Amino acid sequence: MNLSEPVVYLSLLVFLPAVAALVLALLPRLTDDAFKCITLAVTILVFILSLGMFRLGAGIDFQAGVAEMQNLFQVDWIPTFGIQYFMGLDGISFPLIVLTSFLCVLAMGASWPINKHVRAYCILFLLLETGMLGVFMSLDFFLFYVFWEVMLLPMYFLIGIWGGPRREYAAIKFFLYTLLGSVLMLIAILMLYFNSDLTRLNAQQMVDAGIVTVAGDSTVDASFQAWVNSEDTLAQRFAEIAAETDPARRRQLHTFNILALQQMGQHTDLFEGEALLGKSLQWWAFILLFIGFVIKVPSVPLHTWLPDAHVEAPTPISMILAGILLKMGGYGIIRICYPICPQAGYDLAYFVCTVGVVSMVYGAFAALAQTDFKRMVAYSSVSHMGYVVLGFGVWSAMADTGYNADYWKMGVNGAMYQMIGHGISSAGMFFMVGVIYDRVHHRDLNQFGGLFAKMPVYSGFAVGIFFAGLGLPGLCGFIGEVFVILSVWKYSYVLAIISASVVILTAGYILWAIQRVYLGPEYKGPNGDALKPITLRELAIAVPLMVSAVVFGIYPDGLLRYMQPSVDRQVDQLAAWTQAYDERETAAKPLGDEDGQMASR
Amino acid sequence: MAVFNRRTLETLCSHTFYIELVTVNLHTLVDSLLSDTLETSLPLFRPELAICGTIVLMLLVRVIRCERFLPPFCLALVGSIVALWLALPSEGLAAWAELSSQETFTGMLVFDSLYAYVRVFLLAFAVLFVVLSQLTGIADREDGQDYFTLVLGATLGMCIMASANHLLTIFLGIEMASLPSYVLAGIVKGRRRSSEASLKYAIYGAGAAGVMLYGISLLAGVVGSAHLPTIARELSSLNIQAMLASSEESSIVMVLALGGLMLGVGLAFKLSAVPFHFWCPDVFEGASAEVGAFLSVASKAAALTLLIRVGVGLGYVQEKPQAELAIDQPATVAEVSTAGQPPTTFAALKAGSIVAEEGASDPLSPVRNFFVILVAIIAMVSCTFGNLAAYGQTNIKRMFAYSTIAHAGFMMMAVAAAVALLGRDTIHAQTAISALLIYMAIYLFMNLGAFAIVAFLRNEMQSEEIEDYAGLIRSCPVVAVMMTAILVSLVGLPPLAGFWPKLRVLQSLYEAGGPLLITVLVVAGINTAISLVYYLRVIKVICIDPEPDTRGPVSLGFLPVAYVLVVSLPVIVFGILPDTVANWADQATKHLFY
Repeated sequence: MNLSEPVVYLSLLVFLPAVAALVLALLPRLTDDAFKCITLAVTILVFILSLGMFRLGAGIDFQAGVAEMQNLFQVDWIPTFGIQYFMGLDGISFPLIVLTSFLCVLAMGASWPINKHVRAYCILFLLLETGMLGVFMSLDFFLFYVFWEVMLLPMYFLIGIWGGPRREYAAIKFFLYTLLGSVLMLIAILMLYFNSDLTRLNAQQMVDAGIVTVAGDSTVDASFQAWVNSEDTLAQRFAEIAAETDPARRRQLHTFNILALQQMGQHTDLFEGEALLGKSLQWWAFILLFIGFVIKVPSVPLHTWLPDAHVEAPTPISMILAGILLKMGGYGIIRICYPICPQAGYDLAYFVCTVGVVSMVYGAFAALAQTDFKRMVAYSSVSHMGYVVLGFGVWSAMADTGYNADYWKMGVNGAMYQMIGHGISSAGMFFMVGVIYDRVHHRDLNQFGGLFAKMPVYSGFAVGIFFAGLGLPGLCGFIGEVFVILSVWKYSYVLAIISASVVILTAGYILWAIQRVYLGPEYKGPNGDALKPITLRELAIAVPLMVSAVVFGIYPDGLLRYMQPSVDRQVDQLAAWTQAYDERETAAKPLGDEDGQMASR
Repeated sequence: MAVFNRRTLETLCSHTFYIELVTVNLHTLVDSLLSDTLETSLPLFRPELAICGTIVLMLLVRVIRCERFLPPFCLALVGSIVALWLALPSEGLAAWAELSSQETFTGMLVFDSLYAYVRVFLLAFAVLFVVLSQLTGIADREDGQDYFTLVLGATLGMCIMASANHLLTIFLGIEMASLPSYVLAGIVKGRRRSSEASLKYAIYGAGAAGVMLYGISLLAGVVGSAHLPTIARELSSLNIQAMLASSEESSIVMVLALGGLMLGVGLAFKLSAVPFHFWCPDVFEGASAEVGAFLSVASKAAALTLLIRVGVGLGYVQEKPQAELAIDQPATVAEVSTAGQPPTTFAALKAGSIVAEEGASDPLSPVRNFFVILVAIIAMVSCTFGNLAAYGQTNIKRMFAYSTIAHAGFMMMAVAAAVALLGRDTIHAQTAISALLIYMAIYLFMNLGAFAIVAFLRNEMQSEEIEDYAGLIRSCPVVAVMMTAILVSLVGLPPLAGFWPKLRVLQSLYEAGGPLLITVLVVAGINTAISLVYYLRVIKVICIDPEPDTRGPVSLGFLPVAYVLVVSLPVIVFGILPDTVANWADQATKHLFY
């Protein structure tokens, strides 16, 4: 038991907030500020733990430039159900984990104005953090699902107790939408689980799935053989089933291992069997999973919970909701949908892109129409997350591009960058809205104006953050959007032109909002006396957000260094799969065409 | 007609007993009866005997007027603990896996690992329930003996239900469990609602019992036996599809189907499955919360075990290897039902015949198909109806009544999956039954905890309306948090315990496959989302709504809070580590079919 083992370090990272929540529940009655300080300290500690992995050469670290999963570990959790406690990090999940722990610190800092039932608030906040970190780290499909659901209840209470006037409606709407999505996801999980078969994987694929570890100088095959002969229960069952030669009596070795499912999706025909209505099993699984994730993203037409939830949620919860929770949908799509069901993804690529573009356009128009400041920011999230869906969907490695995956890589990298950038800018925007809401207690865009004169420092930061959301070059929103739009050009001109023009709409609603709120001669709305300059605490939250928005805008390599290898690797694998798939299909097709021609003659 | 009567007469004796009666002389008969009873049956029957002894002792204590020294609570507690201790295998629970099925009392009952598990479950529930009754004070000095006698008597009946192997013991068990329940529903004297509930329950129960008895007589009359395995053998020797084809013999099949349906009425009544659920909300609302716990946990568990017994008993012959059966059979079953035909006996049997023509080899597949279609449809309807009806309730007990209906529906889905799987893969059928057992075990903690909280709160604030729970988290946080955990677990969200059994049931349904059971799977999934709304409403009232000014301080004593914690903490613990329960259930079903 020391911190240099992944199992200890990562578990500590995930469960430290939950343990702290338990301790808070058992503590005697303290002052409200004491509870807030303890919680803030815990979130800072978690942030430090996540930063600790940057320290190269330490017991546990996250190395830049490595594409494979790092710090993998697996422990049996529920052997009767075949569920493992299986976690690891790669370039896709690691930036999101750091983002999560970072935003949690800031959101806790933004929680100081909350004075109602502070202990309960802190407990729920910490439980939420555990759920979020767990989602990004787990590599067992079931563990993923459990963490996914763990977040629901704290979020429900955080919106339902500390929210605005229509909080109960918004909270249950959020809960119902997400639960419906996760029920669909559960059915997809069962479909994939019951059609999976570990024994179909070869030695290299078992290594890639994280089941067999190659120690030092030994070869892949040797490690695989050593694993099969080992005492491990999974290995024993594997050997037992693999030894059965009679195909009629052979059983399958099911698994929830996401990495193994990815290998099966890309290298075997296990998920290609026909399910319903002539569509393959993976097609249905993809649809179910995609709906589940897209509810979370959220994309039109499943986005309607988001404006309500955002408007009613307290400021820090809005920050978390926009900054992290929405990213889970995107993470699910890139980690689960595409690699496990490539055939369905290939088939539905245009559909996915269309969903993305429609969300972008619809979200932007809806944002233009809002008079509630927070609702406008909420719709801007719908629009910005559309870029993410679009970037993932751009399957440009097709036959006519010679299976060149470069633009696709650019799209997926852009989408991932957009997730991080939007995490910072949207959390910042919600915080900025929260700061003035705390002072004047309204959010009507038409009743603001002239804030620059009364709160110059605040307004400077706010305008900066809003420009980051707009996608101004030099700020974090720019890079992701540009990457995505560039990559779409190679895929579909129509979609590219539409998505590029969304930038104008975005500029429209953001500039118009800035004009109505910060510019103008003087503030005429209610509670004008309360417009005090920004406090030190608020400054301490605004500065890190602004700094990271600038840093990610001018030094994208700082993030891409960690992220790109993993993304590129996955896209390369999928491009290789596409080529193999097309070759298989074309090998099957000409025969049929010839038959047809002969018949017509 | 004469033939019919003779056959009915035969069924009054158990099958084996009857054979012996006509072939051997009286002396050997008595000898074999004695050895069967004394040497094999009674040792296995010790826990039930302990319960019987306790009941007799409690009644005697009242006769000789020394309840002052021997309070009924202590007697009941000691009696149920002794019974539980006797029911636990001395070699540890792993011994269940090695138990082989064994008929006791000349085939009237059966003793196997499934029963061993369910019996421990029922007796453990009895212990917890006796403690609860004492803590809530429902069994006061005056009513104590009556109350505990009835509870233990009903438990005994449930044990018989769970181990029934003969149509008569099925009837006997159901009645033994039901009659005390009728009285328990009205145990709070002087309350009109309570008496009304009791009367309604008794009338419904009597009606259902009559129908069931008629069904039993039809079945036994046609087949010539009431012993379940014998019936299964007889049925498998009949060529049902050929009989359906010929005009005069098809009426025999219709009689069989009618008998099966009528038997099903009795079971559906105990399960409170739609459309025989009408008693349930009224009884739950009228009876005290403790009795609600008893009816929703123990009674449901026994009835579900009985449903498994009937399904497996009639649809599966133990000796025959079943490997080469029709793989595609559930698919065909469902095509018929999804084509929109009503689940009449005729349609169902037709479905069976289509299947059997294709799959050919197994004579019992029509029986199984009939059973699966019936159970699957009733399960779907119960689950959906229960969840939708619960939405509008304002009384918490009434809401839980509908929630029980919905959960019973969910559990019946596992039974449908198990029987559907029986035809082709007994290992997966065992998994389905183990899913049901896990469900029962987890459901015990959830519902007992919920009803205990309702009972304790009733004692404190004399109300069982949901709106009166407003802001409870402020005045008694521990109970409110546990109630929240229980309700979320009832929805089936991980990482609380209620999720795992649901997952297992869904897995079994997927494993069974075929359009009908896949439809059931989807319906089950959607129902999870529906049920969220009304459970969450209670959570909202407890945790979010402000406290009303009119209510005085609500504070539960130390013992009630401790009891609630003991009963409901497993909801969280088994949620994170469900392996223990899953292992027990797997052991209990490991060698069920051989």
